[in-house]
Amino acid sequence: MSNVSITLYNNDESRGLIAAILKDNPASTTMRMPGVVKIDCPNKLTILRETVENELGRPWDVQQLHMSLVSLSGMVDEDDDYFTIAWNH
Amino acid sequence: MSVTAPKKLSLKERYRILTRGLDWTPTYQEPAKIFPHAEFEGIKIRDWDGFVDPFRLTMDSYWKYQAEKERKLYAVLDSFQQNNGQTAITDGRYVNVLKIFLTAITPGEYQAHRGFAMLGRQVPNVGLRIAAQMQSLDELRHAQTQIHSCSHYNKYFDGLHSFSYQHDRVWYLSVVKSFFDDARTSGPFEFLIAIGFSFEYVLTNLLFVPFMSGAAYNGDLSTVTFGFSAQSDESRHMTLGLEAIKFILEQHEDNAAIVQKWIDKWFWRGYRILAILAMMMDYMLPKRIMPWKDAWDIYFNEAGGALFGDLARYGIKMPNTAEVANKEAFRLSTETMLTFYQMGHASGFHSWLPSEDELKWLAEAYGPEWERLYLPRFKYFRELEAKGEHYYNPSLPQLCQVCQIPMFFTEPDDPTKICFRDTVYNGDRYHFCSDGCQHIFEGEPEKYVQAWLPVHQVMQGNCGGATIDEIRKYWRVEDGEDNYDYVGSPDETMWKSWQADRLKVGS
Ligand SMILES: [Fe+2]
Ligand SMILES: [Fe+2]
Repeated sequence: MSNVSITLYNNDESRGLIAAILKDNPASTTMRMPGVVKIDCPNKLTILRETVENELGRPWDVQQLHMSLVSLSGMVDEDDDYFTIAWNH
Repeated sequence: MSVTAPKKLSLKERYRILTRGLDWTPTYQEPAKIFPHAEFEGIKIRDWDGFVDPFRLTMDSYWKYQAEKERKLYAVLDSFQQNNGQTAITDGRYVNVLKIFLTAITPGEYQAHRGFAMLGRQVPNVGLRIAAQMQSLDELRHAQTQIHSCSHYNKYFDGLHSFSYQHDRVWYLSVVKSFFDDARTSGPFEFLIAIGFSFEYVLTNLLFVPFMSGAAYNGDLSTVTFGFSAQSDESRHMTLGLEAIKFILEQHEDNAAIVQKWIDKWFWRGYRILAILAMMMDYMLPKRIMPWKDAWDIYFNEAGGALFGDLARYGIKMPNTAEVANKEAFRLSTETMLTFYQMGHASGFHSWLPSEDELKWLAEAYGPEWERLYLPRFKYFRELEAKGEHYYNPSLPQLCQVCQIPMFFTEPDDPTKICFRDTVYNGDRYHFCSDGCQHIFEGEPEKYVQAWLPVHQVMQGNCGGATIDEIRKYWRVEDGEDNYDYVGSPDETMWKSWQADRLKVGS
């Protein structure tokens, strides 16, 4: 099993996103660097639109992620309600 | 029955219409004539329809998000300029990383733009073509925003005035230029593996995450903003690279051997470029995020390890030179820095010796072996400086025929001995810095014998003359301004006067 990883801007927009990720992926760990936050999670990490909307208190389009995303590691699957990164081994 | 608005199409549906609905099967032209480069590399594709871009970005959302990224970025650049952001960086030394970035990396972005434009025309799958066209535009945006944000520093600091001219001529810049020239002159599949996979997925994180975070740490708001803005496109590029490699491997079992050869080649080519980044992170950032070796562990061993774990089911293995790269991790930045320090008279940026505190930080990061090998050299150079005899190496170095880096790397298992390999081809002897580069040469000698090697060009009289003065003129390296040590440079004088002004305000 390996970690998947996502790195997000350390800004206001991303705060809700990071909170949602930590809620939906309790096994994840965060590493803070100046300007960015790197979140690692064993095997799979899911971002759910609903959780992000609850955290932000407003509608959120999954593709809005492009505005906060700095880097990622893992295979991507994206649809209207979720964004997942996973390894298949 | 009530009238309802037509249901909004789902993301997957919109993407399907864009990539399948808009393409057509040609009837009066042979596919092989429309895509003449699709087959010569030997990659076998059974079903082009199998390729799907997981980001499923349609043109309208692409423009929407890219425009938003640009607006955000330019707001920061504007404010940085208006408010003299250059005076708030940690130290004047810092700007030298921007000089390297602008002359070495930015023209590489432009080369990537050209390469992906080629790909956006040449691959017989519309999803892949659209993703490549988007990436081509992204790379152009990266080049433009980098030039734009560095142009502000160019108003004040030396060494930023002739980046594109220098990129095609100066000795250390040919390292990056030859890398992208090599990639762009390969076929579309090799280019995709070279840049989309090996470079973007395995290596650019090191450049754009810890290094850009370092820019933030050093108060350079303009660079960190373009860096992360660019890297937010890289996430899409990395995903394209990974999906493309999976697609190629799933299409035919014969593809694995070809792909493995490209991975081995392009990992090593890319890794060699990163030597200069290692130096920038360990020796040139006044405030440091993490040692090069830690970044290498996170982004290559950890992230790369996971990636190759996933590709194992196709029979793909870690690059064959990864072990050598790991052996070099503790000394890569130092071997590179010590070389540039000696070549300060012939470089377009300043070098300098690390302070006592910085040496302590390095010793802690790299351990007793590092201390044993390198502390005495720093001590020796410092003694020479104290006597007013800063050492500059008057000779022209021998360059590796493949990576074009001077021969300063050491044997994988003996850091006291220069690593040196050679091969005779058609009666001529060619020299290499490593088994990795030698191996690449032997795979395609007819390509690498044509390399434009800066030192050979000087020797052949193609670079303005035989003296260092003439060669510097040819390179447009302004003697006494752009080059030599930071200490005593016009940059330093200017920085010190800014600092003095700042202190006056408080008193
Ligand atoms: Fe780029
Ligand atoms: Fe080499």
